[in-house]
Order: sequence, then C-alpha cells, then structure tokens
Amino acid sequence: MNDIAIELKGIDKKFGLVHANKNINMRVRKGTIHGIIGENGAGKSTLMSILYGFYQAGAGDIFVDGRKTVIKDPNAAIAAGIGMVHQHFMLVENFTVLENIMLGAEESQVLNAGITKARDELRRLEQEYELEVDPDAVIEELPVGLQQRVEILKALYRGAEILILDEPTGVLTPAEADHLFRILEQLKSQGKTILLITHKLREIMAVTDEVSVMRRGEMVATRTTAETSVEELAELMVGRHVLLQVDKGPATPGDVLLSVENLSVRDGRGVAMVKNVSFDVRAGEIVGIAGVAGNGQSELLQAISGIRRAVSGKVLLQGEPIHVTGTADPSELRHRGLAHVPEDRQHMGLVLKFDESENSILGYHDDPKYLNGMFLNIDAIRKDATDKIEKYDIRPPNPRLKTANFSGGNQQKIVLAREMERDPAVLVIGQPTRGVDVGAIEFIHKRIIEMRDAGKAVLLVSVELDEIRSLSDRVLVMFDGRIVGERAPDAGEGELGLLMAGVEDSKEAAQ
Amino acid sequence: MEYFDTLIVILQSTVRVSVPLILAALAGLYSERAGIFDIGLEGKMLAAAFAGGAAAAVTGSALIGLCAAILVSVCLGLVHGFASITQRGNQIVSGVAINFIALGATVILGQAWFRQGGRTPQLSGDARFTTVELPFAAEIADIPVLGPIYSDLLSGHFLLTYLAFMLIPFTWWVLYRTRFGLRLRAVGENPGAVDTAGISVTWMRYRAVICCGILCGIAGAYLSMAMTAGFVKGMTAGKGFIALAALIFAKWKPVNVMFACLLFGFLDAMSIRMQGNELPIIGVVPVQFMQALPYLLTVILLAGFIGKAIPPRAGGVPYVKER
Repeated sequence: MNDIAIELKGIDKKFGLVHANKNINMRVRKGTIHGIIGENGAGKSTLMSILYGFYQAGAGDIFVDGRKTVIKDPNAAIAAGIGMVHQHFMLVENFTVLENIMLGAEESQVLNAGITKARDELRRLEQEYELEVDPDAVIEELPVGLQQRVEILKALYRGAEILILDEPTGVLTPAEADHLFRILEQLKSQGKTILLITHKLREIMAVTDEVSVMRRGEMVATRTTAETSVEELAELMVGRHVLLQVDKGPATPGDVLLSVENLSVRDGRGVAMVKNVSFDVRAGEIVGIAGVAGNGQSELLQAISGIRRAVSGKVLLQGEPIHVTGTADPSELRHRGLAHVPEDRQHMGLVLKFDESENSILGYHDDPKYLNGMFLNIDAIRKDATDKIEKYDIRPPNPRLKTANFSGGNQQKIVLAREMERDPAVLVIGQPTRGVDVGAIEFIHKRIIEMRDAGKAVLLVSVELDEIRSLSDRVLVMFDGRIVGERAPDAGEGELGLLMAGVEDSKEAAQ
Repeated sequence: MEYFDTLIVILQSTVRVSVPLILAALAGLYSERAGIFDIGLEGKMLAAAFAGGAAAAVTGSALIGLCAAILVSVCLGLVHGFASITQRGNQIVSGVAINFIALGATVILGQAWFRQGGRTPQLSGDARFTTVELPFAAEIADIPVLGPIYSDLLSGHFLLTYLAFMLIPFTWWVLYRTRFGLRLRAVGENPGAVDTAGISVTWMRYRAVICCGILCGIAGAYLSMAMTAGFVKGMTAGKGFIALAALIFAKWKPVNVMFACLLFGFLDAMSIRMQGNELPIIGVVPVQFMQALPYLLTVILLAGFIGKAIPPRAGGVPYVKER
C-alpha cells in the first residue's frame, strides 16, 4: 500500500520570460490536508493548474498513487481522480446546480437518463458529506458559500479522490470559512486527500497536517504544521523577517473631519445598497468598516468619494457639506482634501496602459506644477514620479514602464503614493491590500498608520477582518447596507464574524 | 370576406418571407449561444444563394444546389471560426469581412461564369424546389374560413418552409435536452467552466459555427432556389441583419425567434402589400418607412418594452486560458 497520493518531481514551467515554477519537488501523503502557501505570484496556482492539466509542465513528472501519470488536459486529471475548486468558480452562472454538476459528465447524448442518475448521486453525496444544496437552484442566485459547495460537489461527482482548493476562503465570511473547514475535515476522514492553496497563514495553522512553502517559483520548505509557527512560515514565504503585528500607538482623535448622516445609496440596478448610514471620522483616527463583500461597502465608498450619486443623506467634509445627492464629483472632492484609494485599483485607480508616471498624477493632472501652459510638463511629472517611487519603494523603479507590468502590490503603492502625497485631510481607502503580497502589506499598513499619526482622518474598508482589526481604532460592521454595530478593534473575531453574518447581538449563531 | 382574403394573402406571404429569417436567426442562435458573434449571416446566406443557384443551374438538380449552398456556407463559417476561435481575432471584423467577400465574389463569379450581369440562369423544373400540397387541400378549399386557412395558408409551401418551422422545436430540444446543447450553452456563458470540465472549448465552438453554416446555407438555397428562380446580386437585401435583430429581439431563445421572425416577416409582407395603397386617415405610407420598421421596432422594443436582452456572457470574447 502506497501512502503517497501525489508526488511531483522536477516540475518546471515558464511563461515567456517568467519562470513560474522552478524544479518543484513535492510529496502529498494520502488522507491528509496539505497546505501550499506563498505570496501572490509565487507559483502556487500555476503548480496546481499543471497538476489539473490546465497547463503542461515544461519538464518533470507527476506520480499519482505511485504511478507515473501524464496529465495532458483536465480530462486526464479527472480520470486520475483529481478534482479542483478554482479560485474564481468555474460555474455557468445562469445554469442550475444540477446542470453545472452534469456538465462534462452527462453520461449520454440525451440528457434525460443522466439527470435522474445525477439527482440520485447528488443526494447520496449530500448525505455522505453534509453538503446540502438545492439541485434546481440557479447558481447566480446562490450565496458564494453555496456556489463553492457546488464546485466541491462537482469534483466529488466525478469521483475525485484528491481535491485541490485554490484560495477557497477569499470570498467567504468567517462562519462560512469555518463551515468549509469542517467539510474538509469530513472529506479527510473519508480518506480523501486535500491540497489547500492559500496565502492566509492562520488557515494553514488551523486545518492542515503538512504545509509546503513556495517563494518566487521555488518550493522552499515543507513542514509538519504542528511543528511550525506562523512566524516561521511568514519568514519562509517572504524570505526575510516580517512584522505580522502592526505597531501602533493609541489614537488621539481630534475634530470630526468626515461626517456621514443618514446616507442612502442605490446600485446600478436600483437596489438599495446603503440604507440610512451615519458615522463620523475624526482627525487622527482610523475607522474600519468590516463586512462581507457586497453588503454596501463599495457603494458607500463610491458615494462618499463622489463617484456614485446618493439617494439621500448628508456628508460633511471638514464641516462643509458635500453635495452627494447631486453635483459632487471626485475632482472637486480631491481639491477639498479628500483622497480616495478605490477598491478596484485596476479599473478605477489606474489606467493600466499608461506609464507609471502618468498614473502617478492621474486626477491631479490639472495641478499647475505638472503643467507648462496648456501642455503637460513631462520632466516635472517624471521627476515627481521618481520621488514617489523612491519614497514608496515601488519596483521596478522606472517611471516610464507601463503600469500593467507592475505587480499588484506595486500598483497599489502607485495609487497610495499619488493619494497620500497630496497631504489630504481625509483618506478614504478601500481594500488596501487586496491581491498584495505579505511584504508590501506591511509597508502599506505602516503608511496608513503614519497618515493617522499625522492627524488625518482615515476611513478604511476591507473584507479582510484581520486587517480591519489590526489597523482600526474603531470598527463599524456593515451588513445588508446598514451599520449593524460598532466594536473596539480588540473585540473577539467570533463576535465580529457574527455581526458580519447579520446575526444580532442577542441571537445565537445560526448555521 | 374581402378583408379575410386579403389577410390570408398577407399571412401567406408573411410565412414565405419569414422562412429565410427563421433559418438565418437559428443559424445565428447556434453560433452566438456558443459565444461566437456572427455578423456574417448576411454574407453566408448570399454566398449560399449564389452557390445553390449556380450549382442547380449547371446540374439541373435542386438537391445538388442545396448541397453546394450548404458547403459554401459552412466553408465561410469555418473561415469565421478560424479567425475568431483559433486566431482569437475580432469577431465583428471577421464577420464584416465575410459579408464584403460574399457581396463582391458572387457578382464577379456570376459574371465570369454565366455572363448575365451577376445573375445565375433562370431555374426551372427539377432545378428548382417545388411546393408541396398537403393532403385534401383541394377538397377542403371551399369550406369557409377553415378551408382557406388550411389550403392557402398551411398548404402549398416549399419543403424547406416546413423544415424551417420544424427546426424551431428541434433546436429547442437540442439546446435544452441534449448534451450537445448543454455544452453549447455553457461554452457561450463561461468557457472556463467547460474547459475545466474536460471539454474542448475550441471543438465545441467549431461545431457551433458549422451548425450555423448549415442553416445559413439552407436559408440561401431557399432564397435563390425556392422563393425565386435564380440568384440575383445582393438578393439577401439585409435579411441577415434583420435575422440578427430578430435574434436579439428573441433574447437568443428558439421559440421567441420564430415569433420575432414572423413579426418581421409580417411587416415585410405588409410593406409589399401597401405599396401605393392609401391607408384611411394616414394616406400613403412611404415604402421606405415600412422597410425600416423592423429595425425601428427592434430599437424601440429593446429600449425598454421587452426588458433587457442579455447576450451570452462570453459572447464576442475569444477564449484564452487565464494565467
């Protein structure tokens, strides 16, 4: 009996000039949960895509259950008993659960016979693994937690013995994530092997048996989880010592700089997303808004920064009203001292096809110091960009490089440098470290705290609860468009998690 | 009784002009449901009409004409497929190119081969499709109301007409009740899901493009070999675009496609009927207005009356494995 489910030997993959995987060797024991961690771009997803047959390795061998297996496409992977739950779900959104599960495993040309069989099989899987879903529900109407469950069912329906999960908790609430981990434990107890890819160290510590660390395309270490620590793993990931806990002194709140009163906002479809929200942000404090994505945080940010028109309500910036229900526009607000780092930097914060230097003045391009009469003063702009690059450690340090060629963390630094260097009174910042690697996160967090200590009012929106807790001085929890509670940042994670799930203080946790 | 007769005549010609629209719109449906936008329906139909007319004129066989029409149309479909699936090109540009190639090539080849100013020779006898009388059509014809409906409206059409109407439920069945249909719809919505399920996105899309080519070929054959007796240059006259409008109007659903095409066919039939006739109160309606009606109607109805027409989500986007 062989107890190694998967063995990779010398896997190597290049994408053009990018060496995504360098001579990777790895063993995964059968019936364990094996974590793979690494920063963004470390090559984790590439490696797993090779294992699933999505890409072909340039060199190296894959052994499944001790047998050398050539995985040339996902079909071969499925045949070898490998299933994958992708980070971005591979579901057809307007199909039913059943149709999605059958896709590619229909059994016969005409669907009827297969449908009955799929229903029975689905019922059996649901009972065996406690994975209930309504087979006739349409995917796009299901919450993400359930969509993910469909992905897991899809893999199990195809008889997967080895399940790969790529960043599975990115879109889940803490409660949903806990539920997922229970499902994984259940699967493990049934003898399945699970590969969990993540960049969240806490998850690795919580559920895995063993963990492999990747850095810059290389497999740098494999540890038994019980014998390692968060600090050691972080250091292995980044290649140097990292401060996981942000150092910050107590806040010294001053005057109210940003005041939101009874703000209501609708989204593009006319659905009320922000419902009568009120709060203040004072000088010298960071107010964090926690919540699961899609509970109105985005619309709140957009209304405050003048991108989206509010339905009703008032916003005061340094005591002066902003016309949020009418003519407020981002450029006016910028000039009045409100800087905005948008949630989606690639779409709203940057023009990816522009040079770094052009992006570093975007929105402030009418400032006379960048102009030469009616023309842009290219020299001044490049000089300014070079200064920012130095100050924010943006790499590669080339103001003429196309922005699309910078990594996520460096792109975010470009936006931060642009907004913070204007010395705004109020900084509104959405998802500051989404898709940013550990090293850059540390830097960005430090900058945000420096802004606070310089007496700025900071409004922080993030779906990462850890981030909210470590940066904020006060935490507001948003659920279904409302602020459902205010807590101190050291409130228990469970307590905040329940608020984020919409469970009122007095009620018990619902499953 | 006079009005009733007029109505029957108009409806009969509605059916006649709707057939190429239905065939072309269904062709577009197979392609677009798989995520390949096809603005080249017009060109494929035109090329097929020419190929059919030419082959039938030379061989004297309508069947060979039909086969030639389908072959040419499928070939053009494969060109579109090669450009937009394999080469990941822009589907609109490729479709427009096909339209222009068809427009020019049919006339040049027609003139070179037949020397009739871009026409193909008049078809007669076996070289042209003939109409089919349904059983007892003659006997029932004299019964009031039901008689004309059966013998004038339902009977006496070409075989291809009945085929077109049978293709509606067939397409519905294929789309929603077969494995091919499930995969076809999936590949137009999220090709990533199809790829990770171990199905070839490329092969699925090529098959869709071939289906589209076959149906466009039949539509073209109907134009030059059934509705008229021979190819005339530019004879599709925008039918491919009206079919495209009908497809959007029908929200890419087979049964809706039939109703949309019948509606547009009806407007077309009316415009022919009304030429020069005066309407009470309004007076003479310019024929151009009637001809523009299908397009106007599409714009107006799409602007809010039928709700949002959401195209297949991956439509128009070449599939590239993401890194």
